[in-house]
Amino acid sequence: MTTWFTQDHEWIRVDGDIATVGITNHAQEQLGDLVFVELPEVGRKVAKGDAAVVVESVKAASDVYAPVDGEITAVNDAIAGEPALVNSGAEGDGWLWKMKLADPSQLDGLMDAKAYSAMIA
Amino acid sequence: MTETGDLKLLPLEELHVAAGARFGGFAGWSMPLTYPPGVMKEHLHTRATAGLFDISHMKLILVEGPQAAALLRRACPLDPEALELSQSKYSFFLTEDAGIIDDLIITRLGPERFMVVANAGNAATDVVHLTSLAKGFDAKVTPLDRVFLALQGPAAASIAAKAGLDISGLTFMHGIEPKPGWFMSRSGYTGEDGFEIGVPIADAAGLATSLLASGEAMWIGLAARDSLRLEAGLCLHGQDITPETNPVDAGLMWAIAKPVREADGFVGAKALAALVAHGPRSKRVGLKPEGRQPVRAGAQLFDADGNPAGHVTSGGFGPSFEAPVAMGYVPTALAVPGTSLFAEVRGNRLPVSIHSLPFVPHRYFKG
Repeated sequence: MTTWFTQDHEWIRVDGDIATVGITNHAQEQLGDLVFVELPEVGRKVAKGDAAVVVESVKAASDVYAPVDGEITAVNDAIAGEPALVNSGAEGDGWLWKMKLADPSQLDGLMDAKAYSAMIA
Repeated sequence: MTETGDLKLLPLEELHVAAGARFGGFAGWSMPLTYPPGVMKEHLHTRATAGLFDISHMKLILVEGPQAAALLRRACPLDPEALELSQSKYSFFLTEDAGIIDDLIITRLGPERFMVVANAGNAATDVVHLTSLAKGFDAKVTPLDRVFLALQGPAAASIAAKAGLDISGLTFMHGIEPKPGWFMSRSGYTGEDGFEIGVPIADAAGLATSLLASGEAMWIGLAARDSLRLEAGLCLHGQDITPETNPVDAGLMWAIAKPVREADGFVGAKALAALVAHGPRSKRVGLKPEGRQPVRAGAQLFDADGNPAGHVTSGGFGPSFEAPVAMGYVPTALAVPGTSLFAEVRGNRLPVSIHSLPFVPHRYFKG
């Protein structure tokens, strides 16, 4: 499994043709305590750059964008009841959705962990 | 992530950096938004124990002279002569149309000496407004350079006493000058007991350190300051009250004594009297979203039939209320607690109900 990162602070972990997407630990630090996550419907088709999820902190609402094209295959229901899971485990238990990749070659344009670390440094 | 290019820095900037603050721009200032514990813990700690806020972006304006009271009677819907020494009163600068230029706290420090505390975003406007009105009066308007700290929470009084401040006899909405150049009032913006203390910059770091020394109070950022004041039902100027809203619609007429309303001596008096005579067109109310999703400033409101029914002026999550909280304006006929409305958020209409204010009871020290 390889994890890729976007300029907008999403991560995408690819296993075969299914990818898991979330926000980075850096992003959750910037957002602060989350109190609500608006998850997409399973089956929704998203294009790269579409707002797929809205995460809401005490103070503000922020969009989370689809890093690549594809179809939503699952959402993390645990965070609907406990948005703070995204704060405590942004790059693990606090994942947002899984999607079937439409075009795996789109991953080539994303950053690896090293490049992302350099960007936020 | 935040641009801090042309923002003014707080005199205690270095202390906030050392405390790990995350900064953001507000009213032209680079302000601590949160500290490492985060907005949720900061908010809850203030209600459980105490929080220390750097509110030096706000402006202290000294008004003094033989006609200081007369100037303030002209500038505000207020009878300054009716204030006892050390008594504070919430008031406003109004436009001729009775729009709210700013909301203020005015404290009588002496027979001819008053302190006006103004909002950061309006400080420059307020100083120009008051200075211009002062031309006809024997009174001097002096904006002060102070570090202004707020200590808020149930442990505020004991912490202040341990730090050597003499708070005996100081009750809610009273203010004193404990040392030359200092101003201390028992007031705040959280609904809790507490103090706002303005000191010369040279005294500021020492005061902050002594207030934090017992380990009970911690620094609280602007994000929690906003969620605390919203739970307390307190207005934020620029959102809940503006020059386009007036004290009648805002439900703030409790701040204007009846004889003053009828006195006609202050800027905006005629328009205010007409508004009182007609009654409010819309009213400021608390709004409780029924689900977990916050409803924020700018959201439009609709009644059960889909007719427009006002708008939200502040909204977010209330950590102590443990649910989303909001405030807004609705037509007077709908301004009844329990009324069900809908707020439009990203194309969806979410059920909200009108809720009495405050969301969390005030715990002021009234002696």
